[in-house]
Amino acid sequence: MRFIRTKAVIATVGLALSLAACGDAGDDGGETTDVEVQENAGDEFDDGTAMKEFADSGEITIGVKYDQPGIGFKGATDDMPVGFDPEIGKILAASLGIAPEDITWKETISDNREPFLQEGEVDLVIASYSITDERRQVVGQAGPYYVTGQQLLVKSDSDIESLDDVKGTEVCSVTGSTSLENIKAEGAKPRGFDTYSECVDQVLSGTVDAMTTDGAILLGYAAENPDELKVVVDPFSEERYGVGYSLDKPEMCQWIVDTLTEAEDNGDWDTAFEATLGQSGVDTPEPPAMDECPAA
Amino acid sequence: MDAVISNFDEYLKAFGLTIGLFVVSGIASLVLGTILAVLRVGPVSILNKAAALYVTLFRNTPLLMIFVFIFIAMPVLGYNFKVVENIEIAGYNVSAFFFRACLALTLYTSAFVCEAMRSGVNAVPLGQAEAGRAIGLTFAQSMTLVILPQAARAVIPPMTSVMIALAKNTSVAAAFGLAEATATMRAFTNNNADQRIGIFLAFAIGYIIVVEVISLSSYLVERKVRVAR
Repeated sequence: MRFIRTKAVIATVGLALSLAACGDAGDDGGETTDVEVQENAGDEFDDGTAMKEFADSGEITIGVKYDQPGIGFKGATDDMPVGFDPEIGKILAASLGIAPEDITWKETISDNREPFLQEGEVDLVIASYSITDERRQVVGQAGPYYVTGQQLLVKSDSDIESLDDVKGTEVCSVTGSTSLENIKAEGAKPRGFDTYSECVDQVLSGTVDAMTTDGAILLGYAAENPDELKVVVDPFSEERYGVGYSLDKPEMCQWIVDTLTEAEDNGDWDTAFEATLGQSGVDTPEPPAMDECPAA
Repeated sequence: MDAVISNFDEYLKAFGLTIGLFVVSGIASLVLGTILAVLRVGPVSILNKAAALYVTLFRNTPLLMIFVFIFIAMPVLGYNFKVVENIEIAGYNVSAFFFRACLALTLYTSAFVCEAMRSGVNAVPLGQAEAGRAIGLTFAQSMTLVILPQAARAVIPPMTSVMIALAKNTSVAAAFGLAEATATMRAFTNNNADQRIGIFLAFAIGYIIVVEVISLSSYLVERKVRVAR
């Protein structure tokens, strides 16, 4: 009797866990672009540079977001994150002779991007990392490799049509994000949640009036629920996504800029965009021009 | 630190919300917890069991789960508590978010309040209850006039711990739409990546002050109601 009960408990727990695993399988299809891995890449870099070290060791750790469909997303059962940011990471790694499967991916959230770079926890951060002056005080940011702007995601039957309509409404975004500060400045009541998917749930259940963040992310969610959700308002901020690197290795900036400029010219950038953000139906934009690197 | 000093009104507002959450859910959970404790020690068997079930359920559930249930599951089921936004208190409208956060904190904390209160009731010698009954007091009378006033003295130290835990637990609301201290700290660090440590210290000090005020006032109350032995 006792045994039977224990077994029943174990079976129940097992079932619950397997159900939980099912619930999380929000896979985006997982298309990836093929990148051409440079051979003998180590010969191209000077001794003593960080790039030479990566190329010789064949290892690089890249921090990306795991919770932004289209930008950087990894479902519970996926091996590798998918999205535009990981694609940029693959392009950079390929120029060092590192194949996509040899990259070590690490999840970075908005809060830990600077500490991870400073402590060498990751070598690069490609995680919808907007370039700002404050951030450039503590870490290096090369780019921008993508420019986007903040928009609103609302229910299809919502009255919100312009930015003036958000005054006094409740708008959701991720706690502590720049998007949330911007919408607060527009007179909306900011409602911060931990992840974007929780915000989408809040919009769908009607507890908040809208959700706001970079347009690219919103389009991804709208594409998942085209009958219930829509993206409104022209972009009202400019977010310039950059690649974060440690200020201890300033030589990396020029390499990032050169590699990405080349990818923009030879079409790899377009391919990466079409395979990820382009899936939501937006046209592939003109790749942005990169900032000059600070004099080392 | 500059970021905090130049936005000091934001900082104060954030801690204002933290304290607001603490005071409202603190009072509510003291009331609910005391009622539960009375039910648990009371003579009605079914109410005993109901109160014990409540404590088992909410004390064994992580606070985050209660928040997730109230903020994410309940609106989907159709309970979004938007009606509270029609109530006006002194010119202010209570937001549904504030109400839900207080509800989650109260449900969780009252289980702990109940158990602390029960330990206080058990600390009152049985003779007191018997004496109460002997002079003809009903259960409710002997509870309110004899047992609970004596129990309240004994529970001040454990109740203080419960309240301090509550004050810090309000930070869970940061991830559920409330711009209280922890959420504001994250906003500050996001805007001022170069002042991370200073901002962290400023907010840590804020929490220390809040908790110190709670423990000092409990110490004062304890001294005031102490019985000379």
